Amino acid sequence: MAVEVKVFRSWGNPFSYRVELALRLKGVAYEHIEEDLSNKSTLLLDYNPVHKKVPVLLHHGKPIAESLLILEYIEETWQENPILPKDPRERAVARFWCRFLDDKCLVALWMSCWTEGETQQNFMEQAKECLHLLEEELKGKKFFGGDSIGMVDIAASSIAHWLGVLEEVAGISLLDEEKYPNLCKWTEEFLKSDAVMECLPKRANLLALFQTRKQAISSVK
Amino acid sequence: MAEGENKGLVLLDFWVSPFGQRCRIALAEKGVEYEYREENLRDKSPLLLKSNPVHKKIPVLIHDGKPVCESLIIVQYIDEAWPDRAPLLPADSYARAQARFWADLVDKKMYESGTKLWKLKGEAQEEAKKEFIEILKLLEGELGDKKYFGGDTFGLVDIALVPFTAWFYSYEACANLSAEKEAPKLVPWVKRCRERESVSKSLPDPLKVYEFVCFLKKVYGIE
Repeated sequence: MAVEVKVFRSWGNPFSYRVELALRLKGVAYEHIEEDLSNKSTLLLDYNPVHKKVPVLLHHGKPIAESLLILEYIEETWQENPILPKDPRERAVARFWCRFLDDKCLVALWMSCWTEGETQQNFMEQAKECLHLLEEELKGKKFFGGDSIGMVDIAASSIAHWLGVLEEVAGISLLDEEKYPNLCKWTEEFLKSDAVMECLPKRANLLALFQTRKQAISSVK
Repeated sequence: MAEGENKGLVLLDFWVSPFGQRCRIALAEKGVEYEYREENLRDKSPLLLKSNPVHKKIPVLIHDGKPVCESLIIVQYIDEAWPDRAPLLPADSYARAQARFWADLVDKKMYESGTKLWKLKGEAQEEAKKEFIEILKLLEGELGDKKYFGGDTFGLVDIALVPFTAWFYSYEACANLSAEKEAPKLVPWVKRCRERESVSKSLPDPLKVYEFVCFLKKVYGIE
């Protein structure tokens, strides 16, 4: 019986990556469909008419959008290697940190790298506060999910891989090993996982992608 | 600490908050007893600051001394902690994903867009009105002819959205936007929800909400 799972994604997009990682952690076979975000396919727009974004998961022809929601669906549909705890309170805590990452942390990190001057300084302050909170949350744990990679770890994958590239392109430093030893150790552990490495975009290619984007923005000024 | 002091449910909340109301509705649907504590948002209690150190916001549900934050996370927690009655999410995984999607949409759009309606004036307000009407029509389309957003059962999306209906009067008074006229299919749904005791007991009087909006406008120095 063929399991029909497809992922509409864009290469280098960390939200798409979350979905692919979750599927790989659970050993679910899938096909990925590459989207050019400057020229979105009719299929993507049909499957995600509200937000028109990647990633979209298609399971037996039915679409699900929004990466964190897709992770919840994946967790409920494929029981192997759970990425959420069973206890309702622990689940609430995991969901809280996923939302924190999306609503506050990743925005601050991303904007720190693409802005300048005082705006950048403000975003960097916010980013450091967010990293500090995550550092505290990690205390005594190998992963946010405990002994194994969980939903929060998956949601935080851009910190483990994309952040370093963005720091280089922007010429700033955020993830300081002295200030955030837990987070740095977490990054090392995270990148040891086979599932993580299998579909991680190559650093050199990500660097080229972001450098091109940075140049394009600079040349507009 | 006195024995039993940490036991039970406490909801840290603010009377007019649609996010707090979501939690009240969910707790009422499950028939669960709890202590409601009104927070003064200009002078937050040490308990609130300790329970939600990251955001320092209400609502916070404290269950046997342990806090749960963020209204939609609280509602899902309530559903999972009392799984034996009044399910707030459907059983089918795909339907659950859809419920979460629309609740998430309400979260992302309604509050911000609605706030602009009474905070802004002139052209900016006109833009905000267009945006708000778009969201209403999207929700109207999703509801269709169903009894509730999830079908026959009152659930997560209804809970996420219904508190904002207490603000419709204020939107009309401040921005001349009638949600009822713009999205008429939502009207029977609002009536149906308000017939539920959990909703009627949790939502404030729209006139009181308007009084509050007028107070905020004075505070912000708006018109």
